[in-house]
Amino acid sequence: MSTPGPPQRVRVTSPRTGVVDPRRVRSVRSEIDDQTQLGEVYMRSLMRTQLRLAFLVIGVLAATVGLLPVLFVLAPETRTTTVLGVPLPWLLLGLVVYPILVLLGWGYVRRAERNEQSFSDLVERR
Amino acid sequence: MNPVTGVVAVTAVSMATIAIGAFGLKISRTTSDFYVASRSVGPVANASAIGGEYLSAASFLGVAGLVLARGADMLWYPVGWTAGYLVLLVFVAAPLRRSGAYTLPDFAQLRVESPLARRTASALVVLIGVLYLVPQFQGAGLTLRALTGAPIWVGAVTVAVVVLLIVASGGMRSITLVQAFQYWLKLVAMLFPLVFLLLAWRADAGRAAGRLDVAAWVEPLTGEHSVYLTYSLILATFLGTMGLPHVVVRFYTNRDGRAARRTTVAVLGLLSCFYVLPPVYGVLGRIYAFDLVGKGRTDSVVLELPQRMLGGTLGELCTALLAAGAFAAFLSTSSGLVVSIGGVLSQDLLSHRFEPVRAFRLASALGAVVTLGLTLGSTGLAVAHAVELAFAVAASTFCPLLLLGIWWRGLTASGAVAGLVTGGTLSAAAVGAAMAGVEPQGWNGALLAQPALVTVPAAFVAMIAGSLLTRSRLPAHLSSTMVRLHTPEHIDLDRGSYHPERRGTR
Repeated sequence: MSTPGPPQRVRVTSPRTGVVDPRRVRSVRSEIDDQTQLGEVYMRSLMRTQLRLAFLVIGVLAATVGLLPVLFVLAPETRTTTVLGVPLPWLLLGLVVYPILVLLGWGYVRRAERNEQSFSDLVERR
Repeated sequence: MNPVTGVVAVTAVSMATIAIGAFGLKISRTTSDFYVASRSVGPVANASAIGGEYLSAASFLGVAGLVLARGADMLWYPVGWTAGYLVLLVFVAAPLRRSGAYTLPDFAQLRVESPLARRTASALVVLIGVLYLVPQFQGAGLTLRALTGAPIWVGAVTVAVVVLLIVASGGMRSITLVQAFQYWLKLVAMLFPLVFLLLAWRADAGRAAGRLDVAAWVEPLTGEHSVYLTYSLILATFLGTMGLPHVVVRFYTNRDGRAARRTTVAVLGLLSCFYVLPPVYGVLGRIYAFDLVGKGRTDSVVLELPQRMLGGTLGELCTALLAAGAFAAFLSTSSGLVVSIGGVLSQDLLSHRFEPVRAFRLASALGAVVTLGLTLGSTGLAVAHAVELAFAVAASTFCPLLLLGIWWRGLTASGAVAGLVTGGTLSAAAVGAAMAGVEPQGWNGALLAQPALVTVPAAFVAMIAGSLLTRSRLPAHLSSTMVRLHTPEHIDLDRGSYHPERRGTR
C-alpha cells in the first residue's frame, strides 16, 4: 500500500481554449430544441432575414419587369420605339428580361447562403 | 408533304422513351431511389431534368402559335413561365426540399397535420394535373395532323397509350438523366431548324411583310381590358409554377436545401435559353404562314414553317426534328403528370381496396382516360392558354398554401382547407367555363379568360381569415416543423419525426 499523501500539484498554464465548453454548445441548440423563448427568437430572426431578402428580390422584379406594362401605358411612345430595328417591347420581353431573371436568382442564392452561414455560426459557436 | 420522315421521328422518340422506361423498372421504383440518385446527380443535371419535364407542348408549339396570332402581349407567357422559377426560388425551393415532402399533399400533411387538408390537396393535384394534361394530348393530336393529316384524336390516343406504357413499365419520372436528355433534345430541336429558317429569311432579302406593321399586333396592350389581362397572366404564371405537381416532385432529387436553390438558378438559365426561341418562330410565321390564323391552326406554325420556307429534303429533316422535339415534350410532361396523378389517386383513394402497384396502375389509367375524354370533348382552346389556366388554378391554391405554410406560423388546418377550397372552386369554375367554350362579352369575358388576379387574392384572404378564426388550434408540432423548413441540414437540431415514406407518423 502506498502512503496517502497530498494530491499531486497541477499547474494551469493557459485556459483550455481547444476544448468545447459543453454548457455553451448545448445551450444554443437546446434553446431551439426545447422551444424556449430565446430559441424562438433565434428562429424568428433567421426567418425574418430570409423573408426580407426574398421580398427585396421580388421587389426588384416587380419594379423592373413588373412595371413594363405600366411603362407601355404611361409612355405610349415606348411601344413604337425601335432599337436596332426591333420594336422596344419585343426586345425587352423577348430578350432583355431573361438575363435580369438569372442575375436576380444568382444574387439571391449568394445572399441566402450567407444568411444561413451566419445563423449556423451563431448556433454552433463555441 | 411526305409524312414518312416525320412519322419515323415520332415513332423513334416514342419507342426510345418506352424502352428506357422499361429498363428503368429495375433501377428505380421507390422514393428511396431518389435519395440514392440525389447523391450522384449535380445541380446542372438536375436542372436539365426539371427543364425537360417542364417544357411542354405549350412551350414547344403553343407560344409560337399565340405570338403569330396575337403578337406582343403573348411574350408574357414565356417570361412568366421563367419568372415563376425566380419566385419559387426565393420563397419555396430550399424550405420545400428541407421539408422532406415528396408531393404537395405530403407538404400539407406535414405543415398543418390534418388528413382533411391532405385529401383536399390531393384532389387539387388531380385537378391541376388533368387540366395540364389536356393541352398535351391536344398538342400531340395537332402534331400528327400536321405530319400526316390524321384527325386530332389519333395523336391524342397515341400519346395516351404511349404514356400509359411508360408509366406501367416503371415510370420514367424517376430517371433523372432521361429527363435531362429531353431538355437538350428540345433545345436542339428548336434551335437547329431556326438557324436554317433565319438564313432562308435573309436570302429572301429580309422580307418583312406588311403584316408585321399592324399596330394591334406589334404594339403591346392594344386590346380591350388588356392591362387587366396582362397583369392577371403575370400573376398566374409567376405564382403558379410552385404549385405544379410534376415540378415539386423533382426538388426531392436535390441533396439538400442549398442544392435545391442552386438547381433552381440553373433552371432559370436553361429556360431563358429555350424561351428566346419560340417567339422567333411566331414572327416568321406571321410572314410566311399567316393563313394559319384564318384557319384557326396557329398552334401548328412551328411544324409548318420548314416546309414553307425551306422545302425539299432539308425542310423534311427540320420538320422531322421539330416533330421529334414536340413529341419529346408531350411524353416527358405527360408521363410526369400521369405519375403524379396516379400516385396521389392511388395513395389517397384506392389504397384501401387494392395492393399498391395495382392501385397505382389503375389510377394512372383512370387519369389518362378521363383526360382523353376531356381532350376530345373540349372546344380546342389554344394550347398555351389551356396550360396557363392550369397555372391559374395552381396559383390560386398551392401558392398560398406554400407561401403561408412556410413563412407564417399562424396557418392552421382549417385556414388551409378554406383557402384551397375557395381558390380551387373559383379558378376551376373559370377554367371549366373557358374549356366549355363560354366567352361572354366585356369584363366577365376578361375575368373568365384570366381569372388569377381575382382568385389568387381571394384564396389568400380565405386562408388568412380561416386561420385567424381558428388561431387557438395551431398544429401540435409547429415549432419543430419550422426548424425543419428553415435551418440548414448540417446543424443538429430536432426537426420532428416526419418522413414521406412512413406516412401517418404525424
